[in-house]
Amino acid sequence: MHALAGVDLTIRAGEFVAVMGPSGSGKSTCMNLLGCLDVPSAGEYRFCGVPVAGLSRDALALLRRHYMGFVFQSFNLLPRITALDNVALPLVYAGEGRERRRRRAMAALTSVGLAERAMATSSQLSGGQQQRVAIARALVTEPPLLLADEPTGNLDTARAEEIMGLLAALRADRDITIVMVTHEPDIAAHADRVLYFVDGRLTCDGTPAEVLA
Amino acid sequence: MRLADTLGMAVQAIVRNKLRSFLTTLGIIIGVASVVAMVHLGQSATRSVTEQIASIGSNLLFVMPGTAQRGPGGVRTSAEPFAMDDVEALRREIAGILVAPGLSRSTSVVLGNANETLSVEGTSNEYFTVRNHAVAQGRGFEAAEQRSGAAVCVIGQTVVDEMYGLQEPLGSTLRVGRTACQVVGVLEAKGQSMGQDRDKAVLMPIKAVQRRLVGELDVGVVYVSALVDGTTQRVQGEIEALLRQRRRLAEGEPDDFYVRDTQDIADALEQTTATLTILLGAIAAVSLLVGGIGIMNIMLVSVTERTREIGIRLAIGARSGDVQTQFLVESVLLATLGGLVGLLLGVGGTWLVTERLAMPFVLSPAVMALGFSFSVAIGVAFGYFPARKAARLNPIEALRHE
Repeated sequence: MHALAGVDLTIRAGEFVAVMGPSGSGKSTCMNLLGCLDVPSAGEYRFCGVPVAGLSRDALALLRRHYMGFVFQSFNLLPRITALDNVALPLVYAGEGRERRRRRAMAALTSVGLAERAMATSSQLSGGQQQRVAIARALVTEPPLLLADEPTGNLDTARAEEIMGLLAALRADRDITIVMVTHEPDIAAHADRVLYFVDGRLTCDGTPAEVLA
Repeated sequence: MRLADTLGMAVQAIVRNKLRSFLTTLGIIIGVASVVAMVHLGQSATRSVTEQIASIGSNLLFVMPGTAQRGPGGVRTSAEPFAMDDVEALRREIAGILVAPGLSRSTSVVLGNANETLSVEGTSNEYFTVRNHAVAQGRGFEAAEQRSGAAVCVIGQTVVDEMYGLQEPLGSTLRVGRTACQVVGVLEAKGQSMGQDRDKAVLMPIKAVQRRLVGELDVGVVYVSALVDGTTQRVQGEIEALLRQRRRLAEGEPDDFYVRDTQDIADALEQTTATLTILLGAIAAVSLLVGGIGIMNIMLVSVTERTREIGIRLAIGARSGDVQTQFLVESVLLATLGGLVGLLLGVGGTWLVTERLAMPFVLSPAVMALGFSFSVAIGVAFGYFPARKAARLNPIEALRHE
């Protein structure tokens, strides 16, 4: 029994892809593979032309550090430290100096419109604000690929629309590829391309209009 | 990742859980404090023994009639006592020594209303040098007084304190047994030595004790001091040979006297305290080990609690090594802090105890360095396993962890 079977998929730079499907359809596995959190037991995944299968744990960590940003359904900010420190955390692992970290983290927070909440801890932020901080954290290293696992799953409709608006604005601003898992057709409609998984197979691949029809 | 950032993270994690961090390090604190205190106290005890022995008189030999018996009490069998002739012979025949005779008798000493039973010792002027106990006020015995056995005495500081109070002892008359005895000198204060108060002394010319208190011309003990360090062995051999000859002991007959070296006593005592120090230190080291296990325990709990945090860190680009270093630094930092606090407590405790027991306060940098580096080593050793556990977490499972 394979989580994914017979999936042949190419995502091009700059695309905004929504991944849909019922629970257990393999969409999360697909995300984990794309994000190099997992490696395929069979088959091949090439990131920027490099086969990921042969890479060590550390090499995968470096890929994640420099080429990918993650946004999660449950935000996953570290509690008890400020929004600014959360955003700066990936730069700590990249070995950046304190001053430069602060500046870049502040710039990222500004780009998600939360500069004035930089000193708040996550418990002092609303859900929507936390997710925006998480997006700033994902983008602070300026990765080419943003992976979002149900980024609006814990938010009400208005906040969800806000987040989608923010992603659209960020895309317009920089060259970024977005892959986003979602349950909701309304959210998937913001993407250029929708992938629909059922039982580990890619059943539909097309524009939102085609797939969601 | 920079070292300063790793340290910063560890400090943050420790400060975040102040009570838990304190309780975690408590084991190390107690362990290091007890190791440092025990070993230091052991060294103090050794030093104090050494000092006491030095105060008895260095290179000192006791020569006594009878056979030395091993075991408690050191029972002596009776044998012919020494006479002043023996003392003279030793003085004449053996080079490089000072000789003083000794004859003690326990008797009542009275001054006005004060009445005490004291051990009164008859000896000669050499005693003050041989036994390393100088006359602080007044004078020793004059040659004429020694020849005639005059009723004069030199008394110790404790006798002065207990019997005279604020009165002037010099020139006063003490009744020793039935003899009225003039106090001509006061000894310098020496304090306790090997469980005896050396200041509780009344010294008279040996002839006075022989005639007035004992009624016989015996000599109870001969004190011999080698003038040159390291010659006590040779001196002891010469004394034995001379005394065997004078006492007409045939070849193969056992000695009917014995010579005891203070260095022997010192060595035995030092060895005892050294063994005790090692024992106490070992027991304390076990508590340090238990402290290390405490750190490992809490760090394992902490890794489980922070599984999700570890998942997040791995997802945003931390390598396994970064996570391992973070947890290892945390436990080493805890152990180091515990080591420092324990060191201070241990040294403080040692100071308190030595102060109360009037022991010399010995500070050994080697012991402090050892205790401290041992605690750091424990942090590394017991932090390694939890840190490795954290580093080996699967990022996906860690992220899913509630």
